[in-house]
Amino acid sequence: MSTHLTRLLLRAGLLTLLALGATFLLDPYRNYQLATSAGVFAAVAGLTLLVGLTGQLSLGHAVLMAAGGYGYALTATWVAGALAGADGEVADGVVGWLLPLLAGVVGALVAAGVLGLLLGLAAARLRGPYLAGLTLALVIALPSAASTIPALSGAQGISAPFVPVPDALAALIAVEQWHAWLAILVTACAVTPLVALRSGRAGLRMRAVHDDETASRLAGVDPGRVKTGAFVISSLAAGLGGVVLAIVTQQVSPGAYGLGFSLLLVVAAVVGGLGSLGGAAIGAVLVTVLPWVVDQATAGLPADLGHRLQGNLEIVLFGVVVIVVTVLWPGGLSRLLKTTTFFQNTKLFQNTER
Amino acid sequence: MRTTRSTSWSTARSTSTAAVLGLAAATALSACSTPAAAEVPGVTDDKVVIGTHQPLTGPAAAGFASISAATAAYFEYVNAQGGIHGREIEYVIKDDGYNPANTQTVVRELVQEEEVFAIVNGLGTPTHSSVLDYLDQNGVPDLFVASGSLTWNQPDTYPNTFGFNADYVTEGAALAQHAVDTDPDAVVCVLGQDDDFGEGILQGVELVVGDGEVATNQSYSTADQDVTAQLGAMKEAGCTHNVLGTINGFTALAVGTAAQMEWFPKWLVSSSGADYPTLVEYLGEEGTPALEGLVSVNYLPNSPSSEWYELFSEINEEYNDGAPYTGNTTYGMSVGYQFAEALAAAGENPTRESIVAAVESGELRGNGIAPLTFSADDHFAHRTVRIAVVADGVQDFTDDAYEVSESGATPVEPEQAPLENEGIPATE
Repeated sequence: MSTHLTRLLLRAGLLTLLALGATFLLDPYRNYQLATSAGVFAAVAGLTLLVGLTGQLSLGHAVLMAAGGYGYALTATWVAGALAGADGEVADGVVGWLLPLLAGVVGALVAAGVLGLLLGLAAARLRGPYLAGLTLALVIALPSAASTIPALSGAQGISAPFVPVPDALAALIAVEQWHAWLAILVTACAVTPLVALRSGRAGLRMRAVHDDETASRLAGVDPGRVKTGAFVISSLAAGLGGVVLAIVTQQVSPGAYGLGFSLLLVVAAVVGGLGSLGGAAIGAVLVTVLPWVVDQATAGLPADLGHRLQGNLEIVLFGVVVIVVTVLWPGGLSRLLKTTTFFQNTKLFQNTER
Repeated sequence: MRTTRSTSWSTARSTSTAAVLGLAAATALSACSTPAAAEVPGVTDDKVVIGTHQPLTGPAAAGFASISAATAAYFEYVNAQGGIHGREIEYVIKDDGYNPANTQTVVRELVQEEEVFAIVNGLGTPTHSSVLDYLDQNGVPDLFVASGSLTWNQPDTYPNTFGFNADYVTEGAALAQHAVDTDPDAVVCVLGQDDDFGEGILQGVELVVGDGEVATNQSYSTADQDVTAQLGAMKEAGCTHNVLGTINGFTALAVGTAAQMEWFPKWLVSSSGADYPTLVEYLGEEGTPALEGLVSVNYLPNSPSSEWYELFSEINEEYNDGAPYTGNTTYGMSVGYQFAEALAAAGENPTRESIVAAVESGELRGNGIAPLTFSADDHFAHRTVRIAVVADGVQDFTDDAYEVSESGATPVEPEQAPLENEGIPATE
């Protein structure tokens, strides 16, 4: 095991522990927001790697999240049902929730991975706007797909099993905090491999393909395989993001993964800084918290005006944020953080987009 | 070897410094948002705060946004008369755009940030289903859900959840019974939304005509742009009586599309999609004649001849800026009345337990066309619905009412709740 990998795992473990500790300082609603941000972070991290390193623009990462969410919900519900059926009563204790959870994660990885592979195969043959168009079409097709496939129950969506707080912790933490823990752990499992890949040989290959496909082919790197691989990896991260949202809300419905949300993922990646995983974290928090801030700000306005602004003002604000960030810090907000001394050593905020 | 390790530690140190900063920021954030725990959430000496999630924007807004405004107007009226047990009712309305993902966020906001006493009249089956478990786990009374899905009637699983609408099965059965009663040769067909709504209506119709005896059962999704294919199939099947489990927009679409096909069958529509003023708005002047003779059911005093209607019209003028009076106005104000009645019955110092007990006690009368049917093992309000017909451009009740049980629909006499104490529930 190389020292590089040890260091990376050490850092991942530390950050995860600190994030877990931070949940003690937050009230339930903010823990819920933290868990949501964590889910979005996983997806944005996958997206930013894809766009920043290989230059493939996907506008449809919300669908990959949805695939993960549906995969999780269907598998976890099925396993929970099978467990309950085996001994005639609802299985309780750790097994009762841990087995469905783990099975659900596997189901999510399979669903998101297969969809990602199909898309990735297409992505290797499509460039720029054509790939963006293809992924965009997927997002628009999601509601119809959900109502056509009976197992997905249309607009109503399907429910995912509730993961209760384990008895040992029940006195200590609320359910929102417990879900925030699960969210942080799943996200850590999604993001850490991305960090490792980016700084390793695979990252080098992706940059090579992005810079010059002919040159990389001459150097013995197959651009098609690299691009497809990057898409699959990115999809797996997005799928885990979908798992997080399914755990937190116990529900997967097409409405949660609409066009607006899918574009917000791109906004988060751009604002954070393309290719930067630390930037992805900032972007994810921003897209989760900004709508809530707007809601709070408009609460004081007269009801009529408030309702008209609701849902519209935040879109305008996101537009403004993207423009301001690209004008002032073209490398994204992660650039800004890099200039402060605390983060100088932190490779997490390294920006690879040129 | 040694150098590498020292680098690793310096990285770790800088990471932890960053994290400590993050923690400090988080503390500052939580310090201003952690609320002091009240004894009964949302209840103070002079106020009761309740919340709801409603589609104020999005696809369902056109049909339902006016409900919460009417409820709020009724509460303002109650507050102006001194409130209930001396407490004013504050109604926090959150927009979820009829999107379950938003519902989950806004309901958490209501429960954790606004600390509401109860969620009242959360609207929609897909939307409200997504917060059912959450409300149950947090012990929040989930009163008078604005949907007729059978989901709300599971007292063992969801002891705090109560429905408001007559359930869709009841409506479907009553409509089908009316069709069969008026025309023994009726060929009954169903057009329903592709969720609990359409399924419930179909189940009710089959309760009357028999399993598999529906000539054709068509469905649509709210994302659909038209229902031409569905109506074509129904016309083909020779339907004479179409029972619709559709929301207002799609009722209008179905009636309008059939008229364009020069097809004029009998329409029998669920209360959720049969609001005459709203349908007229959708169809415009030219389409209005097609609505003549449209049969629907209702369980609320939505009739211009009712004294409740008169009172609600006055409240609407004074507290709702004279917004157009529709079935949604009657609905919203009736919800408000029913909550006020439950709050009055919950005692001088209401708790979450006491209001649930008050609803389950079976003593609430409501303002409907028959006494409420709430009890410890029935969490639905209305088992009796009354037939309304559009005649000469006016939608009004007939004398036919049906009570629906598992064995089917039986004709009963309507027993409209009288208006007392100017529409303010009495507190002893």
